[in-house]
Amino acid sequence: MPKDVTDVICPFCGTLCDDLIVTVSDDNKTILGVKNACAIGAEKFNHQRLPGRVTRPRMRQADGTFKEVSYDEAIDWTAKMLVKSRKTLMYGWASTSCQAMSIGHEIAEKVGGIVDNCATVCHGSSLIAIEDVGVPSCTLGEVKNRADRVIFWGCNPAHAHPRHMSRYSIFPRGFFTVKGHKGRKIYCVDCRYTDTAKCADEFIQVQQGYDYELLNAFRTAARGEALPDTVGGVPKEKIIEIVEDLKQARFGIIFFGMGLTHSMGRNHNIDIAINLTRDMNDFTKFAIMAMRGHWNVTGSGQVLGWQYGFPYAVDLSRRDQARHQTGETTSVDLLNRSEVEACFYIATDPGAHFPVDAMISSSRKPTVTIDPHIQCTTEISDLHIPVAMVGVETGGCAYRMDNVPIETRKVVEPPEGMLTDEQLLTRINHRVDELLAKGGA
Amino acid sequence: MSEYIIKNGHVFDPVQGIKGDKKDIAVKDGKIVESVGSGAKVIDASGKTVMAGALEIHAHVAGPKVNAGRWYRPEDKHFDSHKKPGITRIEGGKSIPTVFKTGYEYARMGFTFAMEAAMPPLYARHVHEEIHDTPIIDEAALPVFGNNWFILEYLKNQEIENTAAYIAWVLRQTKGYGVKVVNPGGTEAWAWGLNCLTIHDPVPYFEITPAEIVTGLMAANEYLGLPHSMHIHQNDLGNPGNYKTTIDTLKLAEGVKPKNNFGREQVMHSTHIQFHSYKGTNWGDFESGAKEVMEYVNRQKNLTIDTGNVTLDETTTMTADGPFEHHLHGLNHLKWINVDVELETAAGVVPFIYDPDNAVFASQWAVGLEIPLYAKDPMRCFITTDHPNAGPFTRYPRVYAWLMSQKYRNERLNTFKKADKVIGATNLSGLDREITLYELAQMTRAGPARALGLMKDYGGLKPGMNADIAIYNINPDKFPSDGLAIEKAFANVACLFKDGKICVQEGKIADMGHKKTFWVDAKVKENKQVAHDIKEKFLRYYSINENNYSVPESYAPHQHIISVDATQ
Repeated sequence: MPKDVTDVICPFCGTLCDDLIVTVSDDNKTILGVKNACAIGAEKFNHQRLPGRVTRPRMRQADGTFKEVSYDEAIDWTAKMLVKSRKTLMYGWASTSCQAMSIGHEIAEKVGGIVDNCATVCHGSSLIAIEDVGVPSCTLGEVKNRADRVIFWGCNPAHAHPRHMSRYSIFPRGFFTVKGHKGRKIYCVDCRYTDTAKCADEFIQVQQGYDYELLNAFRTAARGEALPDTVGGVPKEKIIEIVEDLKQARFGIIFFGMGLTHSMGRNHNIDIAINLTRDMNDFTKFAIMAMRGHWNVTGSGQVLGWQYGFPYAVDLSRRDQARHQTGETTSVDLLNRSEVEACFYIATDPGAHFPVDAMISSSRKPTVTIDPHIQCTTEISDLHIPVAMVGVETGGCAYRMDNVPIETRKVVEPPEGMLTDEQLLTRINHRVDELLAKGGA
Repeated sequence: MSEYIIKNGHVFDPVQGIKGDKKDIAVKDGKIVESVGSGAKVIDASGKTVMAGALEIHAHVAGPKVNAGRWYRPEDKHFDSHKKPGITRIEGGKSIPTVFKTGYEYARMGFTFAMEAAMPPLYARHVHEEIHDTPIIDEAALPVFGNNWFILEYLKNQEIENTAAYIAWVLRQTKGYGVKVVNPGGTEAWAWGLNCLTIHDPVPYFEITPAEIVTGLMAANEYLGLPHSMHIHQNDLGNPGNYKTTIDTLKLAEGVKPKNNFGREQVMHSTHIQFHSYKGTNWGDFESGAKEVMEYVNRQKNLTIDTGNVTLDETTTMTADGPFEHHLHGLNHLKWINVDVELETAAGVVPFIYDPDNAVFASQWAVGLEIPLYAKDPMRCFITTDHPNAGPFTRYPRVYAWLMSQKYRNERLNTFKKADKVIGATNLSGLDREITLYELAQMTRAGPARALGLMKDYGGLKPGMNADIAIYNINPDKFPSDGLAIEKAFANVACLFKDGKICVQEGKIADMGHKKTFWVDAKVKENKQVAHDIKEKFLRYYSINENNYSVPESYAPHQHIISVDATQ
């Protein structure tokens, strides 16, 4: 008899929906169906049973092809690479559990690694802004229960966080929001008319690259100061009208995404969006939240935070001190300057997301990629170690975009003999200890 | 496990009434015992002070707001952020140290237990992940209840039994220790940008007052018979003239009797009372209200307090008192973090620089010292810095030195840039009391252990108690006259035993010990109403499912569960 596993946590995006129902086969080996998930989330589960999945480590041969090797060989090769390299980029972590990260950090501290996560090419600019000006925010349930003005700025949850709008931000009826979406006024600010814009009551098309100016104009209008006729393509009258409406909010929230973090101004865009939020708190209650994308990237920032005090790009290569300096200890910069001697990628796919030059630099170094699937990065690695899928084949803690942690559920057994990230990292850690005790690789 | 005998030390143990007499302490299997065999390892403590391990009753050391403080303040890592030689991990941060540094630093000062002072239930898993990673010291965490919707709804109708059943459920879900209240009602009001500044201000929508919340939670706490009492951060923190609200709140405990099997005698623990003991009407005519507050506290046996000593450092304030952090940000304009937590609470974080040149900050420093100096019963007054709010916990040695040496504190007082104003606004210059080593052991060991319901195992050196023992390089017969020497001795233990193992030796970490997480399992009668309400609230208002709310066992692998039975 197939059975349903309930309250399953989706392993895809930072929304961390925790109401999935997954039907599994009697022998706990195969996923037969997924309910409540969005199309992307369901596909994550479906990957589990795709034919052709790699179940054992693969080592690159002289002729460029891969050869299957044992986990023992793979662990030994990885540990030797880490011990030999004076500075190793240890990047990724966003699709694994906090427990696994913790073991990874222990290794990094011993071998002098640089631990960086996907924020480095994503919400890193938001984190810089928060380091500069703080952030007034809230949990997603507060939005559901209280928010009557919602602004999506430079983000497109309709595609990137498909259930965000139904679970938290537009449609749900909450304690003080009994009318659901009818009681909320939704604004979407973007340079393109997105599918999220279609759900909004009002779409404000900002000229590309003028987000900072427009946010600045909102602040100016909130203070009742004079504005030019148009800012970023938006007429003065419209800006004033919106700001006056926002002041009428009981509880307002700004959600922002890559449209702000990776357009002209970057961290300064976030900085001024946060300052607008802060200003609005002089009139009513207002919050702002980054639409964290890659599943547990938030968790990586948390674990790095409590262990070293920085949310990403943590350089442990001095071995006695943690350093964090954007532009210096960030992955893309390290690769572009060819400053690392080896690359250790886990639970993400920099090959698909990093600039080409950075990956060309990476491809010239000894590289290990730990990931359940064949992806862009595995194909330019010396060693690919497949592992169980976190949140599907093993549990572990993940943090939602509002920093709420949820312990994920194992729904099926991983393929026979396959290690989890935690098991693999624990064994690499032991092997590193053995090598260091012997005086090196 | 090894046996030890600590010989010839000057023992200070309020549990047995030992006031510096030379006495040998025997250790076996993690406990203090009457005697050990001749093979026991001898620790020579002659010329040294021997006390039980110290207990931290109120500090923000683990959880979401602490970590927000860590990662949004890279500048806090400019100080003291290195790995020390030996078995330790990299240490980072000054006012908000990383978890590794937190564990090491407490141990180096002779602490063996710390209470995380505010755990938002929704974020309990985060709190426990950090506690899990904090080495050596035992820890527990207090979930916050003072602005929780369930509580507001039940107490509006004075439903104590339902309140208690809900508290018991939360303690089990979150692996929590007791009932924490922060700015009762005010933080819920803050969700709309408002606040409750007196105990009679109604909470918007819920139509209940802070006084009713406090009274109800005290009753529910005693109904359950929890080891610790209701632990409150009062309304109107940090404002001139607030001492009246403080005394009004304390008065709510009049006539309430403690009911528990742990030897706890208080029904209300009022935390960081320094921040609540101000007279005056504005920052210009600001004055100390410590005398008035402590006169009341001294009279009421069912109250305990902790101090919240300002240490005159750059630090990072953080509290579930969301409206206060917004207010503070308005005063100093430094970067502000706020997080409102659905149905439960909120939190704010703002860096703060207690500049000694500023008359108000220097006066706050004086108020903090006046409180323990006015305390008639050191078993009811505990020393804290409300870490990191009034200063980092690593400043305890300095606070002790100020309290133990009038000369040392007067040197500080008289050299403030605005010394005349500070002396005029406070009573400190007229206080000649010096806290003794015995009183210090009461204020930092036996007292907090009793208030937390842990006096069976903690806070003393009686045979049968945990072998948590701190040995300091202080000879009571030649007590240092120099404040700096006192500081130095308390900052680095000569030796720290934790559960019978030597974890620190001459200030150096020697062992990671066997850290435990404490939580309270309260049994209550089956309560269908509360079970229904929980289901309903998760279905309709929470953003996560009820089945994903609890803290899994694996987060506290070495848990110590204290059971209470409220079914009788």
